[in-house]
Amino acid sequence: MNVINITSSCNSDFVSQVEEESGQKLSLCYQCGKCTAGCPYTTEYDIPVSQIMRLIQAGQKELVLKSKSLWLCATCESCTARCPNKIDVARIMDVLRHMARREGYSGVKTVKTFWDSFLNSVQKNGRVFEVGLLANYISHTGRFWTDMGLGPRMLPKGKIHLKPSAMQGREEVAKIFSRYTQESSK
Amino acid sequence: MKIGVFVCHCGSNIEGTVDTAAVAAAAREFPGVAFATDTMYTCSEPGQEEIVTAIKEQQLDGVVVASCTPRMHEQTFRRTVERAGLNRYLFEMANIREHVSWIGKDREANTNKAIDLVRMSAAKLLHNRPLLSKKFEINKRVLIIGGGVAGIQAALDCAEGGLQVVLVEKTSSIGGKMAKLDKTFPTVDCSSCILGPRMVDVAQHPNITLHAYSEIDEVSGYVGNFEVKVKKKATYVDWKKCTGCGVCMTKCPSRKATDYFNEGIGKTTAINIPFPQAIPKKAKIDADFCMKLQKGKCGICEKICPTGCIDYSQQDEYVTEKVGAIIAATGFDLFDWTVYGEYGAGRYPDVITSLQYERMLSASGPTGGHIKRPSDGREPKNVVFIQCVGSRDKSVGRPYCTGFCCMYTAKQAILTKDHLPESRSYVFYMDIRATGKNYDEFTRRAMEEYDAKYIRGRVSMIYPKGDRLLVRGADTLMGTQVELDADLVVLAVGAQAAAGANQLAEKLRISYDSYGFYMEGHPKLKPVETNTAGVYLAGSCQGPKDIPSSVSQGSAAAAKVLGLFSKDKLESDPQVSMVDIKRCIGCGKCMKTCPFGAIKEIDFRGMKKAEVIETICQGCGICTSTCPQGAVQLQHFTDNQILSEVNALCQF
Repeated sequence: MNVINITSSCNSDFVSQVEEESGQKLSLCYQCGKCTAGCPYTTEYDIPVSQIMRLIQAGQKELVLKSKSLWLCATCESCTARCPNKIDVARIMDVLRHMARREGYSGVKTVKTFWDSFLNSVQKNGRVFEVGLLANYISHTGRFWTDMGLGPRMLPKGKIHLKPSAMQGREEVAKIFSRYTQESSK
Repeated sequence: MKIGVFVCHCGSNIEGTVDTAAVAAAAREFPGVAFATDTMYTCSEPGQEEIVTAIKEQQLDGVVVASCTPRMHEQTFRRTVERAGLNRYLFEMANIREHVSWIGKDREANTNKAIDLVRMSAAKLLHNRPLLSKKFEINKRVLIIGGGVAGIQAALDCAEGGLQVVLVEKTSSIGGKMAKLDKTFPTVDCSSCILGPRMVDVAQHPNITLHAYSEIDEVSGYVGNFEVKVKKKATYVDWKKCTGCGVCMTKCPSRKATDYFNEGIGKTTAINIPFPQAIPKKAKIDADFCMKLQKGKCGICEKICPTGCIDYSQQDEYVTEKVGAIIAATGFDLFDWTVYGEYGAGRYPDVITSLQYERMLSASGPTGGHIKRPSDGREPKNVVFIQCVGSRDKSVGRPYCTGFCCMYTAKQAILTKDHLPESRSYVFYMDIRATGKNYDEFTRRAMEEYDAKYIRGRVSMIYPKGDRLLVRGADTLMGTQVELDADLVVLAVGAQAAAGANQLAEKLRISYDSYGFYMEGHPKLKPVETNTAGVYLAGSCQGPKDIPSSVSQGSAAAAKVLGLFSKDKLESDPQVSMVDIKRCIGCGKCMKTCPFGAIKEIDFRGMKKAEVIETICQGCGICTSTCPQGAVQLQHFTDNQILSEVNALCQF
């Protein structure tokens, strides 16, 4: 990290936006580190979650939104459950992920592609169609061999199907997506 | 003599590395020892009862307890043997804990050393004689040195308790550091509103004599009967006539005098009353800046004064006060922060101390309560606070935590937002130490409600950038170096011992630590006593303290004095020197060496002899080692007693 000018580089709009979207008060965080202590993914993170909190307090928008950690967060909510100040840290991570997605950041491409494939599948089929999701994911990432061995074992057990299931209400689900697209484009 | 020996286990403290049963068994063989046993806790109630019972059943006439240091329990066991009818000086203590079990692991060697120590004690005890205390009159007046909040509290409590109080204050007004503060944490109530009435009480209380602008010149005497010479420094104003009208200040042409009360923010006149609520509200002339006193020209104040109280020929005056007890409440001074080159070493006018900032925040201060940059008078937008300036820093010889800077910095950040809602406050801190009642909630409020930005890390440098200051430091929580554009930098300067504290301690014969703070009698159990009888401590002279703690200690010291004076007479310590008139040759060497002036010359049938004044003798023993004839003997530590110990130890 380079030298950060706290006064001039602090993006206070970013701070208030995170506070507004998450409904959390950032100054409550006193940096005890309990969220990081319990986070199962810290070993994979580029910035530990407590440091993400500190960076948001200091209004370091770009550093936060380009972080890999946002995409590696499993939303297990250990951080939220353990925070002594009752800050919903997982909610903040979720808000940051949304912001990053809107602003074109994707700290870990494969994860973002997976989420995109998942949501596309739900939009199209009303619920996830695993094989379609996989095909979409693989075609965008080129990771042909990932979990390939699992397919032949899951198919005979009926865990995955070659055709999407014809579920009821898929139009209603699709409407949710179109409403989201309309609302967020406003 | 029939001696009883009691060897204490002290739980496992002694028994862990000393075979106490073996020590007791060995003691049974010593000359004079009629009874010896080992006990679990000798100082406990059953332990003491065992001693009392043994004295009665075995008809003992002397007791040795082998346990801890006499500083801990000598008094306890002296009372025990007294309860069983023995004189309290027919008791000896062997320290087999601090001197044996705690410092060695070899059980056999420890046991042997413990046996030696008990042998020495028993051998000395054979030469002990009953000693009796004398009673002496006491002077039920108390001297309090320092008119800060601790001294004020002690003075008022003593005066309310019916004692005559003499309060000596170095500056021309009481109030101390607290009088300089704008608000106090964690309640943010106005400092002078809560202190002011107390100061007035001091002025009006019939039992309090106030010597302001005065210092302690000499202290002699002892508990109950001190004699203190107070130097009343020349003010060049007759305070009996001065009404505090302040006309002199409006006309004084010398307007560049150092304004000590306002910490050098702004200047004052050569003749001045330091602040509107000053007690006593009397003018004094700062001779360094007075044209009349320096050059013999001017004299305007003399012409203008409506009561004719100006006296340029006034000299220092000395008064002697006789008191029975003394409370030192001399407070602290600020650390000289200019040793820090990284903070500009005093070169930048917009880097100021927290106390200067406090004066700026105060409505009665030099800026009328407006926060202005000293350089250009502009209101600051970004205010940067730096904590631990002269605290927790071994490199500048101040490894201790001042303890109250975290709190006043949070308060100042809150007040900054109140004064300048558009401003932003940044606080560099290492840890936030907010351990009092409602303290942590207060620092959290500064961050959560007043939007103070706390940055964990220290500052590496401050340098000018345009008309602002660039502050570079670390944010260890972000793990990076940070920079801030600051308009004003406020240094949370730590506390150090007051100037002159060491010299005063020497006059009072009390000890001080390596930083100059006065030593209490015991860190836990005697927090306001000193090791000099009749001298007590209150407030920051003992170590940095916030207002509630200083006030508590002021009251505690007052309670101790009231307790001391609840008796009409005090008992003297009989462990003093005595002259054997038959051996004394009247050489006078003892009189010359006595540091307390406790030996006088008498005429005995036409011969010169020395005589000890028992109430003044402190039992130091210098005279006994000086006397060429061995005529002066310190009771309870006579040559015979000490030599018998040496013989017991060196018999093989």
